[in-house]
Amino acid sequence: MIKIRRKWRSTNDAEVGTGHLTRERALIVLAILISLLVLAVLAALVTGSEEIPGIQLLHALSSAVVGMPSRLTPEQETILFQIRLPRVALAIGVGAALALSGAAFQSLLRNPLADPYVLGISGGAAVGSMMANILFPGYGSVQMAGGFIGAGLAMSAVYQIGRRKDDPAHLVLAGVIMSTMLSSFIVLMTALADSLQLRRITLWLLGDLSTGTGSAAIFVLVVSLLAGLVLTGRARALNLMMIGERDAFALGIETTRVRWQVYLMASLLTAAAVTAGGAIGYVGLVVPHLIRLAAGADNRLVIPASAIGGAILVLIADMIARTVIAPRELPTGAIIALLGAPVFLFLLIRGRR
Amino acid sequence: MLELRNLSFHYTRDPARQTIDRVSLDIHQGELVALLGPNGSGKSTLLQLAAGALRPQSGEVLVNQQPVASLTRREIARMMAIVTPGYEVRFPLTALEYVLTGRYAHVPAVGFDSQQDLAIARQSLRETDALQFAERRINQLSAGERQRVSLARALAQQPDWLLLDEPTANADLAHQISMLRLVREMANRQRIGALIVTHDLNLAAQFADRIMLLKEGRLVASGPPGEVLTTSVLSDIFNLPILIDQHPQSGRPRLFWESNS
Repeated sequence: MIKIRRKWRSTNDAEVGTGHLTRERALIVLAILISLLVLAVLAALVTGSEEIPGIQLLHALSSAVVGMPSRLTPEQETILFQIRLPRVALAIGVGAALALSGAAFQSLLRNPLADPYVLGISGGAAVGSMMANILFPGYGSVQMAGGFIGAGLAMSAVYQIGRRKDDPAHLVLAGVIMSTMLSSFIVLMTALADSLQLRRITLWLLGDLSTGTGSAAIFVLVVSLLAGLVLTGRARALNLMMIGERDAFALGIETTRVRWQVYLMASLLTAAAVTAGGAIGYVGLVVPHLIRLAAGADNRLVIPASAIGGAILVLIADMIARTVIAPRELPTGAIIALLGAPVFLFLLIRGRR
Repeated sequence: MLELRNLSFHYTRDPARQTIDRVSLDIHQGELVALLGPNGSGKSTLLQLAAGALRPQSGEVLVNQQPVASLTRREIARMMAIVTPGYEVRFPLTALEYVLTGRYAHVPAVGFDSQQDLAIARQSLRETDALQFAERRINQLSAGERQRVSLARALAQQPDWLLLDEPTANADLAHQISMLRLVREMANRQRIGALIVTHDLNLAAQFADRIMLLKEGRLVASGPPGEVLTTSVLSDIFNLPILIDQHPQSGRPRLFWESNS
């Protein structure tokens, strides 16, 4: 009798060691990213119109921690603690929030092109918080709530359209239409604003960290941290959702519950980032993509690593934005878009092939 | 036992057409049942109903004496694995990572893969002759290779029941046969019960203990291949004159279509 079954290839288990994410690999990648973030923070704190030498900076920071007076001049101290440190915190919070929501959306929609900005969810948050600001001026928390509702509504609309057809570009198209509609809405609202407000709103829509306050920074940092923990806790489930909801369901996931959790977290993150720093685009697209390219698609690493990577990206972009034409500033979002839009285009074309 | 009791089902968007019409069938441990029928006869729908992924309008599914509707997704996934034509994976997941997702129902929701999970995943890949793809990206494999990885993922679930929707549709002849032999061996050795949807009448005749024939949502015949696969039944179901003789070694039915039609 002829044996049809091929001899099973005798691959030794020792040869197959790198095909998955291990705890060690995850920790190494995270340690590298955290070191880079620390370096970027120090660089951001020393650069600016007022020079603060690195040694003095380290001394001032360590003195502040133990409650000792620093060797800085009063002006330097004000610049460091009242201006630069809040701004650095804001950049970290906004970057982490945007990259986290991007990574979460991508897995949920199983679409590597998903990004809160491209899909019009940032636009929803912007419209929501602007409307809240018109209706209840002066209440920061109401503005945040408006942003959250706006982001949630835009997201559910895009999700409903996107799921009708299993094609990444279809979803992006729905998002682009959503964005266009929302920006016309914003233009209609800004028609009522005077020229000074108009300039502020325009900067904000481009993504601008210069108007952010210390409390906004703390708020977006806390939201990023909490949502980041929740999403990292759902990373295993998201690994299955990223293959497909039907598969995830068959493999033991209550898909509806996970979908709602991710919905909630991603909308919250987008709203927090947009109210604090404006509509900065492409962070959620570029950062998770680079992480996957370097370390694979497992969300147990992609989600926390994206948070740190997003923080680094926005921090560096913001440093560029406030130094290249100092003392004037560029909108941070414009710097990131210059980098992010080509990456997006590349992914779109490659995906269509 | 996996029991489908008097199931009826229609899709909400198409209530006029009864997709599944009062179907009952029991699958015993160690038994391999093939589900045959023309396109649109409700085979895949029946499989989804058995897996608890669709809810019947009437009737119920019992798995190991428990109604599927009363179990959590996690409990179901530990008892039943279903292999369907897969999604296109758009992220750089490796075949090993793909198979490891099969362990989800057995492990805590948070954490990394244990050595035991890895050993099970690799063993499953080895059994479906796919271990050589372990580190390759799933979206770079051919359709037939991906099917073997999908079957490996189902094995990694360590289920009592395997539900397979055309598991061999894209595989080459040797792998079609080796995959069905594998399922046959698992049924014999580990007492796994399998329900296989297929269009390949000859493969079904060779490997199945029982054949179920479905037409327009109704079960029209059920029994051992030698009894069910008759010229009159098949010609009626498929609207095609069919000839039957015997496999020279196993003596099981062997089917042909009439050459002059």
